[in-house]
Amino acid sequence: MSKKLKSSEVIITRGIQLSGFSSILFVLMILFFLLYEGIPALFTVPLDDLFSSRWYPIEEYYGIIPLLLGSLVVTLGASMVAVPFGILTAVYISEIAPAWLKEILKPLVELLAGFPSVVLGFLGILVVSPFLRDVLHLPTGLTALTGSLLLGGIAIPTIVSISEDALNNVPETYRQGSLALGLTRWQTIWGVTVPAARSGILTAIMLGLGRTIGETMTVMMVTGNAPILPNSLKVLFMPIRTMTATIASEMGEVATGSPHYHVLFFIAMVLFLFTLAVNIIASKISFSRMKRSERILS
Amino acid sequence: MKKHLIFPLLLCVFCLILASCQSTDVNNQSQNDSDAVDLYLENKGSDTMVNLALYWAERYQEIHNNVRISVTGGGSGTGISSLISNTVDIANASRAIKDNEIELAEENGVTPVEFIVARDAIGVIVNPENPINNLTLEQISAIYSGEINNWKELGGDDRPIVRLSRETNSGTHVYFLEAVIRLGDSDDKTIFSADTLLLPSSEGIISEVRDNPNAIGYDGLGYITDDVKVVGVSNLGDKIFVLPTIETVNTNQYPIARDLYMYTNGEPEGLILNYLDWIFSEEGQDIVRDLGFVPVVKE
Repeated sequence: MSKKLKSSEVIITRGIQLSGFSSILFVLMILFFLLYEGIPALFTVPLDDLFSSRWYPIEEYYGIIPLLLGSLVVTLGASMVAVPFGILTAVYISEIAPAWLKEILKPLVELLAGFPSVVLGFLGILVVSPFLRDVLHLPTGLTALTGSLLLGGIAIPTIVSISEDALNNVPETYRQGSLALGLTRWQTIWGVTVPAARSGILTAIMLGLGRTIGETMTVMMVTGNAPILPNSLKVLFMPIRTMTATIASEMGEVATGSPHYHVLFFIAMVLFLFTLAVNIIASKISFSRMKRSERILS
Repeated sequence: MKKHLIFPLLLCVFCLILASCQSTDVNNQSQNDSDAVDLYLENKGSDTMVNLALYWAERYQEIHNNVRISVTGGGSGTGISSLISNTVDIANASRAIKDNEIELAEENGVTPVEFIVARDAIGVIVNPENPINNLTLEQISAIYSGEINNWKELGGDDRPIVRLSRETNSGTHVYFLEAVIRLGDSDDKTIFSADTLLLPSSEGIISEVRDNPNAIGYDGLGYITDDVKVVGVSNLGDKIFVLPTIETVNTNQYPIARDLYMYTNGEPEGLILNYLDWIFSEEGQDIVRDLGFVPVVKE
């Protein structure tokens, strides 16, 4: 009996081990594949063309700069929406809301995280974009701003839920100590609790941004996909084209092995490096948090 | 406890595997049965037509279940060169066969016979609030290449022009580029203005034109709904504005339309003839209309 139990345990441990290793293997394989298909772009397309400012691949204009900046503009716009909203919501849920409200709000926010982005895109086309056009008197509502607002909505649940965990992890003694020193509740939140959870909140922001930069469907539907080179702040109110939308809409029809095909993989490579950088920064921050908490305990 | 959980699980997995094995067996069986009376048709070519060809093939196979039609894309050129090397029964093409291709085919003992099976017309659309009703082909070209940026320049309201287009992977995009923006001049290297909005779906174009009085767009006739305004377009050099309808497209009065062809080797007979006759039948042409193309009448 006990022997059988052991053998099943062995299978389970091996299984878990295998799935752990497989995820590493998959990431490495994807990276290898991206490099293998993307690097040739550097040789088949002259560098001047690759980093020029016009993207029109069917006539061999392969300038990826507008796409790169387009992705950055939308992501920065989204962070301007998602960071303040996300952190304030997390502070409210964790520090201010009564217990019963907290129990409603938290699952609701997490439900928002599972909202299909294509549905959000439809909302964008039918509601947000006409609204922005009318209110701001724009030529069209399909702009970087529309994309930023909706992507902000996608990043908020991530930011809220991780920041809220970080705030919850702040030892209760901090708050009690602060209140005992005569600080108001407001001063306690902004002077003690939030700074103590700072690294967790920064991780939340980075992960939220990681989600926005890789988001495809919504931006493809609402940003207009015009590869305009951003050159001033006005670009937020103009259509732009992101890297993700470009890959999604063009990969399906491209001839395998053509320069266009390799350039698309090159864009995917750049995108991968972006998200990799974001994730490395996020994990660096959470590691330093661990050290600090260890220091506190010792 | 763990043991109790694992065994039912394993059992379930086994059942699933067994069940799936059985069902594939059944499928293979039924396919083998019908294989005995199969008639094969190879159909290859134009990517624009691949959807249409697929619908035709599927419907035809539903009616004649002893027929198998394989449809592949690859482009009009691929289709025609396969016909020249006599590896397909029917080649699809969204352009007419060239003289040198006919010569090549005849050298190989192949006589291409042409059938116009459908037509593809593209309507230019604006918001119903826009006072513009007609545009010349040259004006549309100037709008999309970025020379005209305000409706005022065309006698409309003082509004910026927002250009809408399908994505570059769409056949309609390429056709519009060649036939309208470059006005059919193959040496012209003009391309879409960089601020043209490239929308991933027809639905996106229609809804933006419907809501935005600044917008201009184009789309296949079948996709255009009643809540946008189709503008009349004139042929190169004249001022007679024509709205796209099945009649004006079939009489060549409307300029932004092209024929969609099927080519066979020699006068078709047997299954190929039957298939082509069915394509020209009411049912076949209804599929043409459903997919947003313009139906044609044989002869």
